[in-house]
Amino acid sequence: MPKDTSIKKVLVIGSGPIVIGQAAEFDYAGTQACRSLKEEGMEVVLVNSNPATIMTDKDVADHVYIEPLNIFSLHAIIEKERPDALLPTLGGQIGLNLAMALYEDGTLDKFGVKLLGTSAESIRKAEDRQGFKDTMEAIHQPCITSKVVNDTQDAVDFTNSIGYPVIVRPAYTLGGTGGGIAYDEGMLREICDRGLSLSRVHEVLIERCISGWKEIEFEVMRDSAGNVITICSMENLDPVGVHTGDSIVIAPTQTLANKEFQMLRTAALDIISALEIEGGCNVQFALHPESYEYAVIEVNPRVSRSSALASKATGYPIAKVAAKIALGYTLDEIPNAVTGKTTACFEPTIDYCVMKLPRLPFDKFTHASRTLGTQMKATGEVMAIGNSFDNALLKAVRSLELNVHSLRLPKLQAMSTKQIWDKLFDVDDERIFVVAEAMRRGITPEEIHRITKIDIWFIDRLGTMVKLENKLSEGMPDAKTLRFAKEVGFADSFIAELCGSTRVEIRELRRKYGIQPTYKMVDTCAAEFDAQTPYYYSTYDVENESVPTDNPKKVLVLGSGPIRIGQGIEFDYCSVHSVWALKRLGYETIIINNNPETVSTDFDIADRLYFEPLTPEDVEHIVELEKPCGAVVQFGGQTAIKLAKTLADMGLPILGTSADGVDAAEDRERFDEILNQCGIPRAAGHTIFTTEEAIAAANEVGYPVLVRPSYVLGGQGMEIAYNDDNIRDFMSIINQTEQEHPILVDKYLMGKEVEVDGVFDGEDILIPGIMEHVERAGIHSGDSISVYPTLNVSEQHKQTILRYTRDLARHLGVIGLINVQFIIYQDQVYIIEANPRSSRTIPYISKVTGVPIIDLATRVMLGAKLKDLGYGVDLYPEASYYAVKMPVFSFEKLTDVDTNLGPEMKSTGECLGFADTYPQALLKAFKGANMKVPGKGSRVILTVKDQDKEEAAQLAREMLELGMDLYATRGTHAYLREQGISAGFVHRLGAGHPNIEDMIGSGVVDMILNTPTRNQHQAGDGRKIRRMAVEHSVLCLTSTDTCRAILTARKEGHSEQIVPIDITKINQ
Amino acid sequence: MKATLILENGIEFQGESIGSTDQVVCEMVFNTSMVGYQEILTDPSYAGQGVVMTYPLIGNYGINEEDDESIHPWAKALIVRHLAPRGSNFRCTCTLNDYLIRNGITGIQDIDTRYLTRILRKEGVMNGVITCQENYDKDALIAQMKQYRVQGTVEQVSAKEVTHIPGEGWKVALYDFGEKRNMTKRLMHYGCDLTIFPAHTPAQVVLDGGFDAVMLSNGPGDPADCQEIIQEVRKLYEAGIPTFAVCLGHQLMALATGAKTYKMPFGHRGANHPVKDLRRGRCFITSQNHGYVVDGDSVDPAVAAVSHVNVNDGSVEGLKYVGKPVFTVQFHPEASPGPVDTDYLFADFMELIHQCKEGKENA
Repeated sequence: MPKDTSIKKVLVIGSGPIVIGQAAEFDYAGTQACRSLKEEGMEVVLVNSNPATIMTDKDVADHVYIEPLNIFSLHAIIEKERPDALLPTLGGQIGLNLAMALYEDGTLDKFGVKLLGTSAESIRKAEDRQGFKDTMEAIHQPCITSKVVNDTQDAVDFTNSIGYPVIVRPAYTLGGTGGGIAYDEGMLREICDRGLSLSRVHEVLIERCISGWKEIEFEVMRDSAGNVITICSMENLDPVGVHTGDSIVIAPTQTLANKEFQMLRTAALDIISALEIEGGCNVQFALHPESYEYAVIEVNPRVSRSSALASKATGYPIAKVAAKIALGYTLDEIPNAVTGKTTACFEPTIDYCVMKLPRLPFDKFTHASRTLGTQMKATGEVMAIGNSFDNALLKAVRSLELNVHSLRLPKLQAMSTKQIWDKLFDVDDERIFVVAEAMRRGITPEEIHRITKIDIWFIDRLGTMVKLENKLSEGMPDAKTLRFAKEVGFADSFIAELCGSTRVEIRELRRKYGIQPTYKMVDTCAAEFDAQTPYYYSTYDVENESVPTDNPKKVLVLGSGPIRIGQGIEFDYCSVHSVWALKRLGYETIIINNNPETVSTDFDIADRLYFEPLTPEDVEHIVELEKPCGAVVQFGGQTAIKLAKTLADMGLPILGTSADGVDAAEDRERFDEILNQCGIPRAAGHTIFTTEEAIAAANEVGYPVLVRPSYVLGGQGMEIAYNDDNIRDFMSIINQTEQEHPILVDKYLMGKEVEVDGVFDGEDILIPGIMEHVERAGIHSGDSISVYPTLNVSEQHKQTILRYTRDLARHLGVIGLINVQFIIYQDQVYIIEANPRSSRTIPYISKVTGVPIIDLATRVMLGAKLKDLGYGVDLYPEASYYAVKMPVFSFEKLTDVDTNLGPEMKSTGECLGFADTYPQALLKAFKGANMKVPGKGSRVILTVKDQDKEEAAQLAREMLELGMDLYATRGTHAYLREQGISAGFVHRLGAGHPNIEDMIGSGVVDMILNTPTRNQHQAGDGRKIRRMAVEHSVLCLTSTDTCRAILTARKEGHSEQIVPIDITKINQ
Repeated sequence: MKATLILENGIEFQGESIGSTDQVVCEMVFNTSMVGYQEILTDPSYAGQGVVMTYPLIGNYGINEEDDESIHPWAKALIVRHLAPRGSNFRCTCTLNDYLIRNGITGIQDIDTRYLTRILRKEGVMNGVITCQENYDKDALIAQMKQYRVQGTVEQVSAKEVTHIPGEGWKVALYDFGEKRNMTKRLMHYGCDLTIFPAHTPAQVVLDGGFDAVMLSNGPGDPADCQEIIQEVRKLYEAGIPTFAVCLGHQLMALATGAKTYKMPFGHRGANHPVKDLRRGRCFITSQNHGYVVDGDSVDPAVAAVSHVNVNDGSVEGLKYVGKPVFTVQFHPEASPGPVDTDYLFADFMELIHQCKEGKENA
């Protein structure tokens, strides 16, 4: 069927801020879809509240709205843009839910907007628990015994009829939010209550627990003619019970014989046919390990995280093809981008093994429970490709950037065999390491299988690796053993660790024996056809397929690895833009990255893509082969920066700021020296290594102090200490991981925080915009609300900031980007820190100012001068509208993480509010972050620490003026009464009833202002209150500044006058 | 033990011996299926060939007692990257390695199978030797390889005796040129009263046997070698008995009716080949295993019309004969291994017989 010619303008809805369960994969999918639509001559209207995305670029869509993803703004955008059609299945669950809501409320009908691809009817059939069950029954596909309930008692009654344990799955939530396994009635009631409150439709599914079955997924596609294909099969190493997003996933399936495989493949195709999906779809099965019994777990009638993985695993561009199918094309009409000759109607076959590992946030949330279950906890993932399970797994482990290069964890090595045996029962992120350790201790594969239910085939593979470890521990390997170790995937550094050598020695030994990696192509067809995809992975093999050009203009761009807290999608934005800029300047580009969710790992972004870990060894190999003329490390976040030295040591020029410049910014003493030279003041501080030194330093500069390791991301391990005990506490946490670099102890200044990104060419600087943080210093910049242009910074301070930034850039030897954070404290500008690299604010500031920062930085790195680039120098003129960047958190997924904000970053993503006034932009930003801004009649509880009481009283007055009902706990209540402010009294926890818990539990509270105290026993209460607020979806603010912002938004913003703004038009 | 694979073009691969250590000469072909090695090894169409599995991890689920496609393996050699030392599957009864040893099949692992595949794809299928000898005479082996040709394999693999499998439905004669068990099973599934005949059974025997229909199976080798069989197939065609043919059977019917076949450079072997059914207007993913193909230009439109086309390379995948109740396909609707998406062709076959019986259809 040819494409539907009545469609000229298509609306695409993105997936909003990055949260656990919905990460960068939808930027990848949405970007691919938009490009695919534009290829077909469509005018694309894009809506996404997430400014860090590539899809919200004006190069990707024709009209871009960075607006809250809710019915209200979508209605306004549809009314304004009048698209012919809406593509609902590429923006994740958020996009899909919104499209369905617009369909159900008649908006689409009213404006004659056609739903492209899968119909609303089909989406409903797949998404609605009961509807789905009915459909499956009609086509004889077994589901797990289950029942949809809207009431906890029903859940208990049903479970009594089928027996415990049962799984509770709330309907219409992301990443299984609020679900869990209940082993008894108490647990069932608790999980059910929470699940019901989180579900959009107040509905949960209670189902038979089939933990221990194999979890198998198929990624399938269907077109309007009914052609159906499977793109990829995947097997979870972790049996059913762990959310697939948190599971180790292998493609293709490894332990299924043809019979089981075809049984499930056919089932997947029957399901997608019955649901009449037009586009991509993901089907998850549970397969009994000892029979043909299986059950359909879930169907996602849209492009998903698994689609992104399947796309990168096979080379098949699922999102692109799904977009074409939505326009009416059939699979056999769509050309195959890989071979250039055949069509999209085929099933990829792969001749390698693909490994996906989740990136979990427990390095940041050290106190969080590491247990994995049905609720996803991973913030991102890595993928690795190898010609065996072993080397794919080891590559993936290295790609996680957790300072682990093997399956050996020192912490496990220190445990007794009994402890390891016990630990096999824990289902957590370290299980694979525990299994390997158990093998080392001689626990049999059969026993490990009995406990973990992990298929014995996987355990056997780990056994092979352990055996090899033992062999290498005997001493320097001979050529044969070394070759074998490399084939299995052991890093040089790990081999060195085992045989008591160094990485460099092992490298030299390899060179002596002629053991070098070869690169193979990802071609979707196992070499059956001649393919042109410049997409490679390493092996130790005979034939090397990656034949480099001898182009002297060839640049290596390092990607940023997995999405984690502190290093998000924004760095992929920067990497991709840098590649595009280099291409425009006539350079050949090579990218190395390992994150399957990203745009940068699409094989048509750079000229050549290497899907590899970002470690010194893996990067060195590629540099040796490709011999680029230089490398770009500024855009790949800390991941790339950390590799600068390795590259420089190889003699590869770092384009722009040198490795030495990076070091100067990170090395406390060198940095202080530069600050002195420039006359830039900073808070007093010291670098230390030990706890004793830290305490001495803190007492010298005076409490409170900031304690943090140098060379870290997102304030990892950073805390404010008020006394010696705090210091001891933090130092013990920091020292849990080995510290190569010193720790910084600085005087903490509580002032206004201001941030700039600048481009420096060696002479001039261009600062596109100065951003002001709403929250005072002390809250990590990534967790602060940030406003552009500034509200309260004097012209004099702006000039100081400009001068400081320029001087600093010059003295650090910056060529390209620099990000500097300042504090304005008692009318003086102090520097906090400087990073000679891209930052998380680059994408948004580029979009709202219209200054193509990455493009300029790339040009400058290659020798251009800002004066010649058309955007001027110094401070770029301020815009006449406001942009508010709002952090977004995933606290509901991480059940034991405290939500109070501090110097350590906790947000997973961000959204943007964009309007012509500050309050209006704030209002949009709050809405974009899905926060319910309280108003008249809202109930607010105030419970603040002593230092904040005065401010809380001011805020309370404003709240009363806005018609809110106030409640306060004892201390705050007393203070408010003194100030003549009337508020209801509510007991603290454990101090009688009704207490704060009763109030939150009864669902009558709309907002809580709780500023955390360091007071030991009250701190525990505060934490409990904050967690309860999260679990009951009550807005809980931990800073008076945030509270003031929300009141400003309510008071001066106008909900009914939200006007969507097309950002492609504002800078023209 | 070390093993070496030497190709006709002189390229050598050093690896490790698996299965039997006997030296073997065979035609090297590659298969891109990611599962189904047991079915592939036992598919008679691989008689005389050494199969290179492009998927690198083979033997993971071992060998079971149910999935053989014939009485024993027919492939002469198996070439893999990594052989799993133990099979993990609830049906597994032995490891793949033990199975190879028991059946005297020579194999090699730990070689760059992708490189080998790329050679076969670029230079075309060629012969090869696998040897465990340390000091082999390469020139002599290459000379030996050049002599080798897959020949007379239909006779080798075909049933020696007539077998009757009673059923309630249509009486179907199945010509066994190297049929896979699953073909029998699919016909049984449709209730057929099935009689399996050796390849050289004269057409008259079948035509006199009171059969409602004939099925021509898959099989190994060059169809043009089967001149005697082609004569008999011609007789079946002329008699107008409802006929469904698969793979070699499809090629034999084409040759019997004046079309030509040719050898493809590296064939179609795998479980992911898209085929468009022109009548249904839909594409299906098929299981394939063939080195020869019917030349589309040689098909006389007055004799047969192309019914199925390979979406990748446009080659002929199916023919519907004009004025005769005969249809044939190049791919394997019986699958095993591979997708079962075209199983509907067996239903079509039953429907064709039904219509002929009713006297409505002969066009």
